[in-house]
Amino acid sequence: MNNLKDKVAIVGLGWTRFSTNSGVSVKNLALESCKNAIDDAGLTVKDVDGIATYNIGDSVSPYVVATGLGLPELRWNIEYFAGANGATSTLLTAACAIIGGLADTVLVFRAMNGRTGTRLGGAGMSLNTTGIEQYCVPYGLTTFPQAVAMVARRHMIKYGTTSHQMGAVALTCRENAILNERAVVRSPLSIEDHQNSKMIVDPLRLYDCCQETDGACAVLITSADRAKDLRHSPVYLMSGTHGAGWQSGEFFGKTTAFWPEWDELSETYARTMASELYGKAGITSKDVDVAELYDCFTIEPIVQLEDFGFCEKGEGGAFVESGAVRRDGHLPMNTHGGLLSEGYIHGFNHVLEGASQLRGDAGARQIKDAEIALVTGYCGPVANAVILRR
Amino acid sequence: MNTSIYEKPLPQPDPDSQMFWDGCKEHKLLVQQCKGCGTHRFPPDSMCYICQSRDYEWVAVEGRGVIYSWIIVHYSPHRAFSRDVPYAVAYVELNTPKTIRMCGNIVNCKNEDISAGMPVEVVFDDVTPEVTLPRWKPTK
Ligand SMILES: [Zn+2]
Repeated sequence: MNNLKDKVAIVGLGWTRFSTNSGVSVKNLALESCKNAIDDAGLTVKDVDGIATYNIGDSVSPYVVATGLGLPELRWNIEYFAGANGATSTLLTAACAIIGGLADTVLVFRAMNGRTGTRLGGAGMSLNTTGIEQYCVPYGLTTFPQAVAMVARRHMIKYGTTSHQMGAVALTCRENAILNERAVVRSPLSIEDHQNSKMIVDPLRLYDCCQETDGACAVLITSADRAKDLRHSPVYLMSGTHGAGWQSGEFFGKTTAFWPEWDELSETYARTMASELYGKAGITSKDVDVAELYDCFTIEPIVQLEDFGFCEKGEGGAFVESGAVRRDGHLPMNTHGGLLSEGYIHGFNHVLEGASQLRGDAGARQIKDAEIALVTGYCGPVANAVILRR
Repeated sequence: MNTSIYEKPLPQPDPDSQMFWDGCKEHKLLVQQCKGCGTHRFPPDSMCYICQSRDYEWVAVEGRGVIYSWIIVHYSPHRAFSRDVPYAVAYVELNTPKTIRMCGNIVNCKNEDISAGMPVEVVFDDVTPEVTLPRWKPTK
């Protein structure tokens, strides 16, 4: 069977400053992050012939970026209208374009003014009552935090997961962010701080929610052959998956999500797709050295740790509380601080952190001898993830 | 009927959902039933997800179920709802057919008394002359 394993590599990483007020346009952020990724690879805009991005109508298109950067020719591009189901799948799609010969060297980016512009948490968004949202928005289920709180409650009902355990996710991320100069929040966080933080939507407290952030990040990818001669040691894409399970439903609307058809809210499609993800990479969950797990809210990594096979179903909360995912544990998780503390660049910052750890240039937050990383985007009725190696 | 001006967002029916909302207005909870294989479905759709038949009829269901999951909203960024906090929203799993879940508010019940598996039944709230919303109250 055809396999994309090790055929494409990440060769450049580019970030802008992450902040709560960038003071510049999203286009400006996109161009800066893309140029930084090209520079990091030691290449020029003339070497780039493809661009891929995902957004929810809050960003700029590949055409705009190609024009702004002055690309001689854009041979291939895609603008995926997506939530964080695009976080790793956009990279995966771009890799397929390279393997298929549609482009040689592709920029993949996500740029957003997520605090001063479109706030995905719901503030400032007008309410929609068409499509799936006609069945939930009239009752005041209007935001993503509320939709995910419904998942958290279900996990608590089924498995006895606690608010303390969700707090342990927030603390783990914060400990890592303290070591990360790019992180938007770096002050120490205690479990008391978490437990005393205001309830946003029970069972989620303020510190169960990620940081609304202005910023952008980009990676440059190319064929493994080409990658060998470039400035940094290549980070290879071993495998990736992106799909949906039985009756995943319409699942998200303009401002919120609602899963009336999904069989069990406390499980994700990752539970099904993980075997293909690991199988195509030729590894098992035991081989993963670092995990950058999509963490828009603290419950999400707990469910993913179970569904990607790092612990038994229902034991994700206890697993985190045991310290297993702290930087000195056996599966360091969200080593940059995650969306909860580094910042919310819609999950794409997880891809860069995974690559940075594997290159060994993560500075103070470097995990020793990291060879294989699991990076996930949103995982629920739909899911997406990639496995990277150095 | 609520006589004050209703300022919350109202459902916008589409060709698939019109009968559901028309049913609510008559205080009936209608779902689709496939004529090919008998499967009930909600939200409404034009094709059966089991047998792909496009032939269906609308049938009334009992409107009793249990709480599958719930949240208490303490902060809302939307003015239409921020004056109501803290308020409860639940996914209700119907008793028959069990495969159907509906979203709605829990009423006639203190927030702290809501629990998993709690039996509830539908109540119809005529929020405007044109629109009726199904909500859920504890079954006595
Ligand atoms: Zn059927």
